[in-house]
Amino acid sequence: MTTENHVETKVVDGVHYHQYDIVIVGAGGAGMRAAIEAGPGAKTAVISKLYPTRSHTGAAQGGMAAALANVEEDSWEWHTFDTVKGGDYLVDQDAAEILAKEAIDAVIDLENMGLPFNRTPEGKIDQRRFGGHTRDHGKAPVRRACYAADRTGHMILQTLFQNCVRLGIEFYNEYYALDLVMTEVDAGDGTISRKPSGIVAYELATGELHVFQAKAVIFATGGFGKIYKTTSNAHTLTGDGVGIIWRKGLPLEDMEFFQFHPTGLAGLGILLTEGARGEGAILRNASGERFMERYAPTIKDLAPRDIVARCMVQEVAEGRGAGPHKDYVLLDCTHLGAEVLETKLPDITEFARTYLGVDPVYEPVPVMPTAHYAMGGIPTNVSAEVLSDNTTVVPGLYAAGECACVSVHGSNRLGTNSLLDINVFGKRAGRNAVEYVKTVDFTPLPEDPAAFVRGMLDQLRDSNGTERIAAIRKELQDEMDKGAQVFRTDESLAHVTKVIAGLRERYRNVAVQDKGKRFNTDLLEAVELGFLLDLAEVVVYSARNREESRGGHMRDDFPNRDDENYMQHTMAYLSGDAHSSDAADHIRLDWKPVTVTRYQPMERKY
Amino acid sequence: MSTATLEQPPAEAAPIESFTVTFLIRRFDPDVDTEPRWQDFDVEMYPTDRVLDALHKIKWEQDGSLTFRRSCAHGICGSDAMRINGRNRLACKTLIKDLDISKPIYVEAIKGLPLEKDLIVDMEPFFASYREVQPFLQPKTAAAPGKERVQSVAERARFDDTTKCILCAACTSSCPVFWTDGQYFGPAAIVNAHRFIFDSRDDEAKVRLDILNDKEGVWRCRTTFNCTEACPRGIEVTKAIAEVKQAVMRGKP
Repeated sequence: MTTENHVETKVVDGVHYHQYDIVIVGAGGAGMRAAIEAGPGAKTAVISKLYPTRSHTGAAQGGMAAALANVEEDSWEWHTFDTVKGGDYLVDQDAAEILAKEAIDAVIDLENMGLPFNRTPEGKIDQRRFGGHTRDHGKAPVRRACYAADRTGHMILQTLFQNCVRLGIEFYNEYYALDLVMTEVDAGDGTISRKPSGIVAYELATGELHVFQAKAVIFATGGFGKIYKTTSNAHTLTGDGVGIIWRKGLPLEDMEFFQFHPTGLAGLGILLTEGARGEGAILRNASGERFMERYAPTIKDLAPRDIVARCMVQEVAEGRGAGPHKDYVLLDCTHLGAEVLETKLPDITEFARTYLGVDPVYEPVPVMPTAHYAMGGIPTNVSAEVLSDNTTVVPGLYAAGECACVSVHGSNRLGTNSLLDINVFGKRAGRNAVEYVKTVDFTPLPEDPAAFVRGMLDQLRDSNGTERIAAIRKELQDEMDKGAQVFRTDESLAHVTKVIAGLRERYRNVAVQDKGKRFNTDLLEAVELGFLLDLAEVVVYSARNREESRGGHMRDDFPNRDDENYMQHTMAYLSGDAHSSDAADHIRLDWKPVTVTRYQPMERKY
Repeated sequence: MSTATLEQPPAEAAPIESFTVTFLIRRFDPDVDTEPRWQDFDVEMYPTDRVLDALHKIKWEQDGSLTFRRSCAHGICGSDAMRINGRNRLACKTLIKDLDISKPIYVEAIKGLPLEKDLIVDMEPFFASYREVQPFLQPKTAAAPGKERVQSVAERARFDDTTKCILCAACTSSCPVFWTDGQYFGPAAIVNAHRFIFDSRDDEAKVRLDILNDKEGVWRCRTTFNCTEACPRGIEVTKAIAEVKQAVMRGKP
């Protein structure tokens, strides 16, 4: 289904061909922010597996950081420092500085576009506290998160979509991008390089294939939290974009760093914003103790997410968990009062009521960490250009948002920095792509560019397999939760590696029951499972290789940070037969230096 | 530690019982069927499971061809609006314990939009109406460079309710006028017009009021309140439509 009357396309052998200067894959925050820059300057199309307003940016709750200093003294330099320290010094500091500086314009842009932020009594954008954001390099929590109740992501998604409507951006909704087309180009001196020339997408409504030839392609495909069982992520967050890049032999960076958000509804993983703690909510163990006081005496419950998640798991492991099975802790909002909950945190109040039958006004809410955000992803420079190694740019290929790794989040992202990331780097991607397409011609498509995708889909659809998609996926998710979650060891990771190898073998025999052409979501779940298996393998393989603990990667067998050996980014490459059962046969790991500008690594205390 | 009750029940809480629930689902495969047909499925469910969980269990364990939209699974993305026991709801926000399971649970696609397959309808007419009301901020003057537009807390509160819309179409497809007259803008488009008409930063309320003064605009609303009951976000949709009607008569917000 498309939202505009698209220009007539050419159909060859049942494949539809389109031509755009810029094709953006993904219509969440990063994709639509890029589209708002790209649309007025170049012929642009946005391809999305969902209707744009279904994107998971809309589930973000608490806020978007920017040192506006609307309610108290603040500076972008403090924000940069907090981002670097929060990421446990694996952050590229030049990128963090851009993020913090451009945050201010990014928030103002959104307000000017119509975003209904909460307001101060003077009518300015209101700001609240959030984990890891501090005054003057860690002295006390600071009010830096600009917010709209606990629906900030919803408002950002709606505002960006509204502005895409205003600009007449062309969307291809419910088109699943399944391959990046690369053409081998002779530079003239006999050297052959690969240049992106388009995208192959599957139209859900008809089951037909589309080739979008483009001068520039922007990936804004979001995360892949569905490699885990307990997750705040949507069912559709299966890492298709990151998986496409991986299968093209381009590297993925820092995949071992996955963020577990401390406050997921126990047993369900549904997100309860950190903004609750920003407004004063407190985490308690079974005896009612405010345990974060022991672990982070200065900023307590507002310590960064990696630290809080670890402390929660530790409280439970040591027998201080609440509930009949002592398997969760409690988020106590009862002292905030009904008015704060109803006006500043209405959605999470409703989630607790609806899904757990717990009213946060009167009772503490059972919570446990939930897989939330991939710090790693497609490596880019600060211009959002994708890298094919530590430094080489792939001309015309861009990535922004959760699928990308700039790296502004290092080994642990601060809350509110992701809504910021999508706006700052989405804008950069769109703007730079427009400049780029002015300087180049279309790269010719290779012969039958849809061949790979057609082969993959035919094989899945025509298979007489007996393995259920859901059974393989469930086992993957269960095992990832057991062996590659908040705490990891060599043993647990080795076990998950083995499980994944077995699942990849079974996946070859997967059954697709729906043989039809139209709205075949069964077929697409099989495709998505393939991406999940590929990415989980990279996550686990990278995690096993990093024998230290840093940010979101906590190794019980190597509990300390080891700057001497590991203050560098992991770069993973698909190096051999992707179907070989031993990951070591097809994954090669390398390192990339961290960019350090003004902050030398220090011990991370809060 | 004043108000929170942290007393826990004893460690041996009784295991929660599951039970078999029958779902009657209105199926339609455009490749095969000429008319929709009802098919029943028995599913093992827990009281705190959602209807979406049941649909997943059917798709994942019984019949992979069952087709529906879903994404976030907690009522934010607006993908899974459907008719459950004759009422428009989000499948991910409808808990089994809130339904009468002594009888089969009827699940079918929302009404008034073209049926595509099983629980999926063509959303394009819905989004076309949305786009027609100019759902974006249109100020006549530019903001001061690098500055936010000032808006008081009260001005911001004026349109808060209608900012919550997730465009799930539960309201529009519950409206009897919309069922019989597909040209009617429908509640969701009016809600999204309201969101800008009453935003103090916007200067084009008049344009939207003119659009909604059309014969297919606000005056088609018969105040049935179906939309308000259907809204999974608790928006007072009928009230918003009434406020737009009054604004049309006044000629300004």
